[in-house]
Amino acid sequence: MQIRVTVNGVEHVSDVEPRTLLVQYVREALGLTGTNVGCDTSSCGACSLHVDGEAAKSCTLLAVQADGAQVTTIEGLAGKDGSLHPMQKAFMENHGLQCGYCTPGMVMAATSLLKEIPNPTEEDVRIGLEGNLCRCTGYHNIVKAVLACAGK
Amino acid sequence: MIPAAFDYVRAGSAAEAISLIGQHGSDAKFLAGGHSLLPLMKLRLAQPSVLVDIGRVTDLSYIKDAGDHIAIGALTRHMDVEKSSVLAQHAPLLAHAAGHVGDPQVRHRGTIGGSIAHADPASDLPATTLALGATYVVQGPKGSREIKASDFYLGFLESALAPDEMLTEIRVPKMNGAGWSFQKFNRRAQDWAIVGVAAWRRNGDSGVALVNMGQTPVLASSVAVALKSGASIADAAELAVAEASPSADNNASVEYRTHLAKVLVRRALEQASA
Repeated sequence: MQIRVTVNGVEHVSDVEPRTLLVQYVREALGLTGTNVGCDTSSCGACSLHVDGEAAKSCTLLAVQADGAQVTTIEGLAGKDGSLHPMQKAFMENHGLQCGYCTPGMVMAATSLLKEIPNPTEEDVRIGLEGNLCRCTGYHNIVKAVLACAGK
Repeated sequence: MIPAAFDYVRAGSAAEAISLIGQHGSDAKFLAGGHSLLPLMKLRLAQPSVLVDIGRVTDLSYIKDAGDHIAIGALTRHMDVEKSSVLAQHAPLLAHAAGHVGDPQVRHRGTIGGSIAHADPASDLPATTLALGATYVVQGPKGSREIKASDFYLGFLESALAPDEMLTEIRVPKMNGAGWSFQKFNRRAQDWAIVGVAAWRRNGDSGVALVNMGQTPVLASSVAVALKSGASIADAAELAVAEASPSADNNASVEYRTHLAKVLVRRALEQASA
């Protein structure tokens, strides 16, 4: 089936099998491998990206469901000149990553969270990131990074 | 994990969706947000031959004050139920429970109708709407009918929906200031409840339903009857499992679930009575 999806501002028209997952589509058809597959069961959040501005788990979406949507992946957050998004910068400055595997999903979930709750408490951040698991258990600095990005 | 191959068709309206599902037979399934169905398909526990995507039937995404009840379109997302000011005022238990479904990413995509039609006893909203005495409106080729939540759940992932019927609206009676509580006991933040309880109380009346305490969501009628006849919360909570038939899994034995249900019903009633 033909789909038309705008990913990181670029429109793509692609033929996909209906069973193609959105994460497969961005990684394999578009070569955007920043979005990771972790648990593959919509638990861990490593595959989080934005669909029409809201975080979603791309292992549990079909590419055909994103037909007509605006998708943003981790590659689309930084400026064209390579300057980091404030959330990426905050993760870097606060040591919000260890092995880095969960980081793209954490950053995408965190940017979506700050759109919904621009001025979060620490508890808001911890609850807001409940859908993202860090196997290094580095949550403390991740929460610090998100709060720093929110100006706290 | 990739689902087995299927054909994909998209419906623009409820009528079109019902006609499409009728054409494609009982192997066809509706796809709403997909957050219950797609995980099953990826594990090949479900292998529908056709998916009828109703995710774009946007006129079934609404929350309306309808006098004595709130009418919620089946395709309303969990996030919109959670954040609804109408529900915050008239059915805060439901808004609160919707905020405990999965995690924000799941709530951005999953829908209340999808969750209810999936009829998973471990899901939060089937039990919560059951506790609230909701009515579900379903539409089929011959028109629409109403099914009480208490008549809807027939078995594990089985409901009174016919294969060619679609859930279109959830009607939740206004709580009219009732006290309420939602207790969800789980090991990880985003998990399904090991046991959950949705409860409300107003004067002598109450409604209590249990999550993950049997093959269907369970209405704990004995608790409500006991409270009505003047039993204490502690005594009523002892009846929590009278209607339940819990099973054991990796998370909990039958005995542990039984214990949890009594404790959580007591806590829920205390909170709802405060």
